[in-house]
Amino acid sequence: MTSLVVENVFKQYGAIQTLRDVSLKIEAGERVALLGHNGAGKTTLIRMILGLTAITSGDISVLGARPGSRAARSSIGYLPESVAFHGALTGREQLRHFARLKSTPLRVADELLERVGLSAAADRKIRTYSKGMRQRIGLAQALLGQPRLAVLDEPTSGLDPVSRHEFYDIVEDLSRNGTAVLLSSHALTELETRTDRIAILSSGVLVADEALANLRERARLPIRVTVTATSEAVDTVVAQLGGTRLNGRSVELNCQQDQKLTLLGQITALGKAVIDVDVMPASLEQLYRHYSAFEQRKP
Amino acid sequence: MSILAITRLELLIARRNMWVATAVLLMGLFATVLTLAGGAPTGVLGVDPLTVAVTSITTLSVYLIPLIGLLLSFDAIAGEIERGTLALGLCYPVSRAEILIGKFLAHISVLAFAVAVGLGLTAGLTVWQHGGEGLNFAPLFRLFVTSLALGAAFLGIGYTVSSLVRQPGVASGVVIVIWLVCIVLYDLGLLGALVADDGGVFTKTIFPWLLVANPADAFRLLNMPTVSVSDLASGLGAAGAVSGTLGQMTSLLAWPLLAITGAWLALRRVEP
Repeated sequence: MTSLVVENVFKQYGAIQTLRDVSLKIEAGERVALLGHNGAGKTTLIRMILGLTAITSGDISVLGARPGSRAARSSIGYLPESVAFHGALTGREQLRHFARLKSTPLRVADELLERVGLSAAADRKIRTYSKGMRQRIGLAQALLGQPRLAVLDEPTSGLDPVSRHEFYDIVEDLSRNGTAVLLSSHALTELETRTDRIAILSSGVLVADEALANLRERARLPIRVTVTATSEAVDTVVAQLGGTRLNGRSVELNCQQDQKLTLLGQITALGKAVIDVDVMPASLEQLYRHYSAFEQRKP
Repeated sequence: MSILAITRLELLIARRNMWVATAVLLMGLFATVLTLAGGAPTGVLGVDPLTVAVTSITTLSVYLIPLIGLLLSFDAIAGEIERGTLALGLCYPVSRAEILIGKFLAHISVLAFAVAVGLGLTAGLTVWQHGGEGLNFAPLFRLFVTSLALGAAFLGIGYTVSSLVRQPGVASGVVIVIWLVCIVLYDLGLLGALVADDGGVFTKTIFPWLLVANPADAFRLLNMPTVSVSDLASGLGAAGAVSGTLGQMTSLLAWPLLAITGAWLALRRVEP
């Protein structure tokens, strides 16, 4: 069964339409990143999937169940963007409470504390925790009871680079065990290698929903090639290849995917004048801007 | 099962926040002082010393129990909305009714514990001072049960406010106003009306029912033995007679049910 089906969903708040005809599917084990500006409708969509906000029209099904139903809630793990657990409780008490609500053995809560690297601080009050540690408690509770759909809202905010890496390892384990993962993030670079599909919301419309490679191909954004030459040879390089000089020694060139090898051939032909070459495909950030702007240009 | 998990967590929080300690300290302190202070004249009058103590403690409880109830409950929903834990909690397989009942069980337990400690001290001190012979403990037990009913009513009112207002700061202000109105101003208003009416139709027919409609006054009437009531304004005694024990008990039973139902209806409408 498809883990999450969103079909032609609209959301209307008075005169404002926050979501327009959004359709999205996530299969078991798929990791989908949901991107969008602030106010693009990400949170609204997530809250509808969780059953916290009513759907104006359209249909959402979580493993075949209605959002917010007991069946749907039993199979969802949710990490909110900002949640402040009660400071007077210890991490272990808080997590064991959630384990009780999910009818999961308390042992699992203790194991998860270790998994997210909190075992040393488990018996300290949450008010003494750093932002990253609180985020880990949030992540641990989302993992309780082996959810079949994990909804992670800005999961890596407040985490340092090492923790982010560990976080995506956990997400990978989840998807390997068949959990569908929907995560929203602003930290675009880390999503590039860590997700299967990218969905982009812009002003309430889903403007893209594809694998990163397909998005690149469709957008036809130029590949940026930076050539570093010896200071004497820079002028020759510019004369031969064109492009813009960045500083005394570097030249920046743009080309499409199909011209890449030809250009690299030309650069190699310059021989000793070239010290280094950098090839950078369009980053997710550029793609994200491309697709968001693309939608906004349309009437 | 989920209800008990929520109760357990709320009890833990109440203990850590010193709510339990504060409530027990308040009730214990006042019960002790009133029992000891009330003990002096009874020897002369020959009235059952427990009756005197219960009368003083009732007068005090009318103020204290609604206050503790409101203080325990005003943050229950609004605080969770603000912290974001309500939205998270509602993503677990728990219904809103279960969340409400879980919290209620925890808070009423805190209240019951505090009242039990206070009344236990009263009983102990009375027996210590006068000996256990000829003491009638029934009024003490009645005071305990009715205190819980009164507390439950104000817990429900607190939850309702907390759900409707959604901001802990505002909720705390609103419950203080409610306390002031129900406990102080309501009686003052009735008194003013009595004076203005001067024994007319209002005094005989409407006033007794208005009095008993307020759970705090129903609580007061139920726990004031007729002997001591006769010492008070005759209007109060007469009012007690008109509405009767049944009317007072109905009020004290209906209020918690109404307030908790109201809280549930308000909570159902909350979009966290």
